[in-house]
Amino acid sequence: MVTQITSFGRSGLYDWMMQRVSAVVLSLYTVFIIGYLLLNPDLTYDQWSALFEATWMRIFSLMVLLSIGMHSWIGLWSISTDYIKATGARFFFQSLCGLVMFIYIVWGVQVLWGL
Amino acid sequence: MLVSIYRYNPEKDDAPYMQDYEIELPAGKDLMVLDVLNLLKAQDPSISYRRSCREGVCGSDGMNMSGKNGLACITPVSEAVKKGKLVLRPLPGLPVVRDLVVDMGQFYKQYEKIRPYLLNDTPAPAIERLQSPEEREKLDGLYECILCACCSTACPSFWWNPDKFVGPSGLLQAYRFLADSRDTATQERLSDLDDPFSVFRCHGIMNCVNVCPKGLNPTKAIGNIRTMLLQRAT
Ligand code: SF4
Ligand code: SF4
Ligand code: FES
Repeated sequence: MVTQITSFGRSGLYDWMMQRVSAVVLSLYTVFIIGYLLLNPDLTYDQWSALFEATWMRIFSLMVLLSIGMHSWIGLWSISTDYIKATGARFFFQSLCGLVMFIYIVWGVQVLWGL
Repeated sequence: MLVSIYRYNPEKDDAPYMQDYEIELPAGKDLMVLDVLNLLKAQDPSISYRRSCREGVCGSDGMNMSGKNGLACITPVSEAVKKGKLVLRPLPGLPVVRDLVVDMGQFYKQYEKIRPYLLNDTPAPAIERLQSPEEREKLDGLYECILCACCSTACPSFWWNPDKFVGPSGLLQAYRFLADSRDTATQERLSDLDDPFSVFRCHGIMNCVNVCPKGLNPTKAIGNIRTMLLQRAT
């Protein structure tokens, strides 16, 4: 048993499951956005902003934001444990990733809610 | 035929190097790579490699032949030669002791970690613990592993984390005991594997399946362990 406190869920199974779940959310969103754009070839600004006014769309988008954060954290965490062998450099890389993801999520929430 | 062999004697050499040998192969016969090594050793007795059974059961002569891991004793030269040249290197990723001989310590440590023996606290029956033919069948494709390390040393995840990732060989054996109806430590075994490295560092690259000289499928066993972990957790 390897204990690793910086992994996302601290259990291999949990990380693995979250990776799959977030991947599904991300692909659903991608398919939805592409489909929406294809079905509305002459999309207006009003239509687009109305879409993002809807509560369900905001929830969906927030879910996507969180999924991006989770998915990339798990992915980058395992890349860093594969390739960055110096503890200091790895810690720095992981902190940087964490910070960037936090910024993206807060910023994304601001954009979605037009704060 | 040209044979290029990885040479390294830590007592004499500063760094490993490739040494070329020219060898005349008997016509009309497809030798095994191990036969070629034996012929070369007669020429140059300093070449070191491990071998014992010379028929693919002991697992001692795992090596990298023109880029692919396998057992030298059951790999025909015709299969291992690339562009008229046979390149022999030690198994990748493990420390080299000398020439084609590697230190298997890390590999065995992972094997030891999965507790490769039956755990059963219930009182032993007078004769033996019985298994139905169906229960026994579940061990097929698992128990045949000869621990040659061809798979684990072909696995990038094992190269990067040989101390934390159990590796395909160890995981195949882990599943062999998880699947055994006579073993009662299933839950304990699963708990020991449920961390981000032991099992989950496998990314399904399937190099292991590609090289196993016994035709076993560690990736499938790893998938089964994952399913068991998932079933237990949900
Ligand atoms: S399938 Fe898994 S164990 Fe096999 S080589 Fe790939 S990462 Fe390694
Ligand atoms: S699974 Fe195959 S390649 Fe791996 S150690 Fe066992 S016999 Fe060798
Ligand atoms: S010498 Fe025994 S497996 Fe090749």
